[in-house]
This record gives sequence, C-alpha cells and structure tokens, in this order.
Amino acid sequence: MEFDWAGETPKFLMLMYGLIAFVAVVGGLLLLLDVVPAWFARRREAQLVAASASGAPLPRRRKPREGLFALFFLLPTLLFLTIGLVVPAIRTTLLSFMNRDGSGWVGLENYGWMFSEGSIIRVLTNTLTWVILVPLVATAFGLIYAVLVDKARFEAVAKSLIFLPMAISFVGAAIIWKFVYAYRGEGDQIGLLNQIVVSLGGEPKQWLLESPLNTFLLIVIMIWIQAGFAMVVLSAAIKAIPADIIEAARLDGTTPWQMFWQITMPSIRPALIVVVVTISIATLKVFDIVRTATNGNYDTSVIANEMYNQAFRYQETGRGSALAVFLFVLVLPLVIYQIRNLRQQREG
Amino acid sequence: MAFARSRQALAIAGVLGLALGATACGTGNDKGSDNTGSAECSQYEKYKGNDGKKVTIYSSIREIEADRLDQSWKQFEDCTGIDIDHEGSAEFEAQLPVRVDGGNAPDIAFIPQPGLLKRFADGGKLKEAGADTKAMAEQNYSPDWLKYSTVDGKFYGAPLGSNVKSFVWYSPKMFQEKGWKVPESWDDLIKLSDEIAGSGTKPWCAGIESGDATGWPATDWIEDVLLRTAGPEVYDQWTTHGIPFNDPKVAEAVDRAGSILKNEKYVNGGFGGVKSIATTSFQEAGTPITTGKCALHRQASFYANQWPEGTKVAEDGDVFAFYFPAIDPAQGKPVLGGGEFVAAFADRPEVQAVQTYLASGEYANSRAKIGDWVSANKKLDLNNVPNPVDKLSVGILQDPKTQFRFDGSDLMPAAVGAGTFWKGMVDWINGKDTATVLQGIESSWPK
Repeated sequence: MEFDWAGETPKFLMLMYGLIAFVAVVGGLLLLLDVVPAWFARRREAQLVAASASGAPLPRRRKPREGLFALFFLLPTLLFLTIGLVVPAIRTTLLSFMNRDGSGWVGLENYGWMFSEGSIIRVLTNTLTWVILVPLVATAFGLIYAVLVDKARFEAVAKSLIFLPMAISFVGAAIIWKFVYAYRGEGDQIGLLNQIVVSLGGEPKQWLLESPLNTFLLIVIMIWIQAGFAMVVLSAAIKAIPADIIEAARLDGTTPWQMFWQITMPSIRPALIVVVVTISIATLKVFDIVRTATNGNYDTSVIANEMYNQAFRYQETGRGSALAVFLFVLVLPLVIYQIRNLRQQREG
Repeated sequence: MAFARSRQALAIAGVLGLALGATACGTGNDKGSDNTGSAECSQYEKYKGNDGKKVTIYSSIREIEADRLDQSWKQFEDCTGIDIDHEGSAEFEAQLPVRVDGGNAPDIAFIPQPGLLKRFADGGKLKEAGADTKAMAEQNYSPDWLKYSTVDGKFYGAPLGSNVKSFVWYSPKMFQEKGWKVPESWDDLIKLSDEIAGSGTKPWCAGIESGDATGWPATDWIEDVLLRTAGPEVYDQWTTHGIPFNDPKVAEAVDRAGSILKNEKYVNGGFGGVKSIATTSFQEAGTPITTGKCALHRQASFYANQWPEGTKVAEDGDVFAFYFPAIDPAQGKPVLGGGEFVAAFADRPEVQAVQTYLASGEYANSRAKIGDWVSANKKLDLNNVPNPVDKLSVGILQDPKTQFRFDGSDLMPAAVGAGTFWKGMVDWINGKDTATVLQGIESSWPK
C-alpha cells in the first residue's frame, strides 16, 4: 500500500506541535532547575566576597527564604502524591468492602471469595511460587556470575551480556520468550525450545499449556530479566570491599571457598538484602509477563493480572479492589523492611 | 559542566522518542469549508440547525476502519456544520466505564456488547434515544436487533455495523478439484468431514488464542450449535440465565460442538492435535486452507480481512464462506452475529441528530460504499456492498427467514461473557470434561 504523505499531513502537524510543546516544557523545566539554584549560589557568593572584602562579619543565611524555596519544590510532589497515591489507596480500600459497582457495603465478602474460590486460590499459590523462586534464583545467578567474572579478562563484555535483558521491557521479553516456547504440530518448529527437543529426537510439546510447568517457564522470563540487575548491584558491592581486608585474608591463607563465605558474603550483605527485597517487590507486582504470555490462562494467573481482569474486564470492582488491597498488604512489610534497612545503613 | 550538559541532551533525546510515540496517536481533525447550500446537502435538511456544534464519539474502531468512519460522515458534517470527533481505543471495553464513572463520558459510544449497554442503562448513565431516532431505527432494523438496545422498555439507540458469525470458510478451488459440494445440512457437513478425513487431511482447523480475549472463538462455536440444536427461544433463556448455564440442552450442544472440535480425526488441520487449538491464534487459524492442509474453518464474516495478502476472497476465488448449516429444519435459519449500538450519554439536539443520521439508510449506504462493512439496515442496497463476503452477509441479514441472535457472550454479564465462559472453553479444549466446565461457569454467574 502506498503511504499517503499528503493525506497524513494533519497528523504530522500534530506530531510537530507535540514535539515543540514537549521541548518547550522539558527545556523550560531544565532551565529552571539549572538557572535558579545557580542564581542563588552566585548571589551568596557575591555576598560572601563583599563581606570578606569589607572585613565585616559574614552575613547569616536568611532562613525563611530558603524554607519557602524548599516548599516551592516540595509542593508539587505533595500535591501529586495526594492526588495520585493517597486518595486512590483510600478509595480502593473502601471499594474492596463494597459490591460489584460500589453501590452497597458487603463487609468481608470479597475477601471471603478470594480465599474460597478455587481459581483464585490457584492465583495466590502461583504468586507464592513466583515470589519464592524469582528473588532467590535471580539473586543466586547474579551473585555467582558477579563473583565468577570479577576481574576476569572480558568482564565488561560478560557483564553487559547478562545486563542487556534489563533494557527490554517485560512485554517485549514475554513476546520473545513466547516465541522460544512456540509450538507447531506439523512442519518446522518456529520455537527454539521445541526445535531443540525435536533435533534431539523428541516430540514437540505445548509448553505454555501444561500446568504447573508453564508457571515455571514464565518465572524463567522474570529471572532472565532480573538476574542482570542483581549481578550489577552485587558486582559493585564486591568491588567496594576494601582491598586491605582481602589482602589480609590472602596473607592468612584462606581458600577461595572460605574467602567467599567469610569475607565476600558478610561484606556485601546490605547490597544482597536490597537486591532480594527489590526483586521480591517487583515479582509480587508482576503483571506484564503473565498478561502477554498467557493472559493468566492455563492456570498461570497471578494476583496483579487477576486484579486487572476482575476490576476492568469483568466489572467486578469490589473483588478487584480486594485483590489490590491484598497485594498492597503483601508488599508493605517488604517496603518497610527495605526502608528500615536503608536507614540503618546510613546511620551505621 | 560540559558532561552534565551532554547528559541533559541525552535525556531530552530519550524522552523525545517517547513523545514521538505518544503524539502520533493524536488525530488532526480539520473540517472542510462550509458548503451547506449545495444540492447534495438537501438530504440532510432535517438534521440542520446545529451548525458549529461538536459531538464526540468513542468506539473500539481504529486505524483504517476509523479513517473510513470519518470519511463516511464527512458529507453530513460539511452540510450540517456538526463536527463529529471520533476516538477509537483498543482498550474500549475497559476504558469506557472508567470514563463514564469519572464524569468524562463521550456524547456517543459505539457499544458492541448489549451486556455493557444494559449496565450503563441500569446505572442511569445512558440517555434514552429521541423520538426521531427511535422512529428511524424501527423503520430500518428488525425487532430482533432492536431488542438488544432496549432495556426495561426504554430504547437506547440503533444498531450500526454488524457481522455474521455463522460462516464456514472453505476453498472453492479445493472443493472443485476434489469434487466436494458445499454442504446444506448438518448431516452433509459431517459426511463431508468424514470423507475429507478419510482422504488423509484433517478437515477442520480452529484456533482460540486471542491475547487477553483467548477463548472467544470457541464460545461462538457453542452458541452457533446451541442455536441450531435447541432453537432461538432456549438460546434467549440461556443468555439471560432463565435456564442454568449447565442445562442439559446446553451440555448436548457443547458435546455436539465437541464432536468436531475435540475429535482428533477432524482437527487441527495444519497445526497438530486438539490441544493445539488452545494456542493457535484466531488470526492464523484458517490460513492452512490456503495451503491445502485444512478444508473447513468456522469463523465470522470479518475473517475476510485475515487471509494472507494476495488471497482472493470470492465465490470463484481462493477462499469463500458458506452458511453454517442448520441442524433441525424446524428451527428455521438461525444466524449468530454481532454488531455495535449507537448509545448516547448526552441528549443535546446535535447528539440526537447524529444518532438519527447513523440509523438512516443514507448513512448505511454511504458507509457501505467505502467498503468492508456489513449492516442489518434494511435500506442498505446490496449493489452498494462491494465485497462478496459482505454481500453474502448482508443478504443473510436481510433474508426474512433469518432468525438473528446476538453473540451470547456479549449479552451475559462480563464476569461470565468475557471471563469464565472464555476461560472455561480454554479448559474444555485443554481436556476438561463438559459437565465440569459448565458447572464451573454456572457457579460464577453473578447473583
């Protein structure tokens, strides 16, 4: 089909307007952030210079002004947090105690449904499988890889290979892996996995159809993405171990095994916790991979996917909200732990 | 500082990419000059008096189909001065309730699910159609159609486009070479299937994978068969939950569909065994017909757009469709189909004018001429329908013997019609037995 440039002119015009508006807004913001503090700094500098030249005592910073300035920068954040986070969270919690369209109270009925309906219990156990396997396996992979390639000859290349999947969106990754698992009953296989099976003399299988195998195959996708993140953070932590500790350990004649468990592990413990917790939170909320690869069919659904289906596809707002609240309750302790941990690190 | 600057530049470049994507979705809508005085405008006389007013329409129709829509009402806009602003969304079903509940409802929505329409009507969100619209709709559409947009005796809008789902796709060339005849009864269809299976080819191909709507093609199968075994009255009771979802009559229909869909001798031509139906996408499900690996594929009229490029869709071409034959001649000529309804969330005069115009024969013919469109509008002239399959569909819809019934999963509550029914069918194909599947769907029906 010929592309009709002339006919599409209005769309290109719109595109141009959009670009111009975007550059104006972003450019303006950057300018503001760059110029305003610089102006304040210059003024302060001038004051100091003037003060030292005249020999007078240094002028005190005028506190109220600065407070006002801080408020100016905080206000949008507070406003958007309230509109975008606090209000919806409260509303969702209220809705979870209401019926289908939020017109009447039903008490704990939605929560009762969640723990009695067979398919939803399946969703919960699936989520549990995800949240146990992904953080452990991804972190283990990342850690082993980081230790192995540390100071190796092709460290940079080896690392970027593992880190590359991080740059791919969850949806993109799921589509890629869907092709890996693809099945053809007749003719040539288009899926990598089935082609390997066939060339080894086996029968092609419909990988994504068989429960519970399919959940594990989806988990592999998440691990593929997250292992790179674990590797980069842990590798940085390993590099940050003071050289004198390592040297002292070497002088004492430690084996590599002892070195790993007695020196490396205790030194990178804080980073390890950050990685595990971050991946756990991401895994609890996983949605894109399941929705793209199977849409939760064949017993693969997880909480976030089921929440979306209930609330927006089936118009069961109450049930969807109950699932959302449950997910929130699951993520909350992890977030609190993470924050406490970070604070301790900063103070310690 | 130079480093920081170049980083800023990078960041700008990065987000510009995003902006490119985002703004490309916007549509420009420049209206032509005012030529309300010309001769062609005389037919729009009754819609006049709303010059300069704007009507917003929200639908699931996108891309080239949306351009055709804009084109179809262009003259109406030019002559009446009403500016129709159409927006299509791939997430229409999920987004429309969000917009309506958020107080940002469009003036008009093309709703393809009577179930969703009923929900808005029950919630008091929809405006009853005006007297002119009602008269126009009653004049141009059969009562079979109008009952789907009537809730508690109130009429909410006329149908617009439609599709016929009771079709079996086949290759006229292959049939001619092998000496096969287009079957005109269910028995002939099964005989033909056995004959093809005996010749070493699996006769049927099917696929129900469809992203987040996986399962729907199988629900169409069940509905089409139930309409034939139990008749339209039982079908109506079933879709409104007058009889349980797992009524023995339904189980019988499901098993009869299973005699084709779950028969290893019959399926799945070009793809493998029965279970491959679950993972074959509905878009590619019929394509083995073009390579001779499959002979029959039951799918709606809109499947005409899914064939590989260069496939001639015509009675003497590469592929064509025949009417999915009746089982019990006493039940008449049951036809399963779908379509969208022009429902309004506002009752301003210009909105009602657009609603009335879209129900008119003038509009149906104007849209049909542009191509790839079917409607049950009685005023639609067959000569204005260019595409052979569309012509066949319009012919069936206008046939007085036709007993039209709407796609059942669009009539049921979304939790069933877009939820457990779809998922149940996936499980059914995947090996679960009929009774368990139907029992599961029945227990999920909202009380």
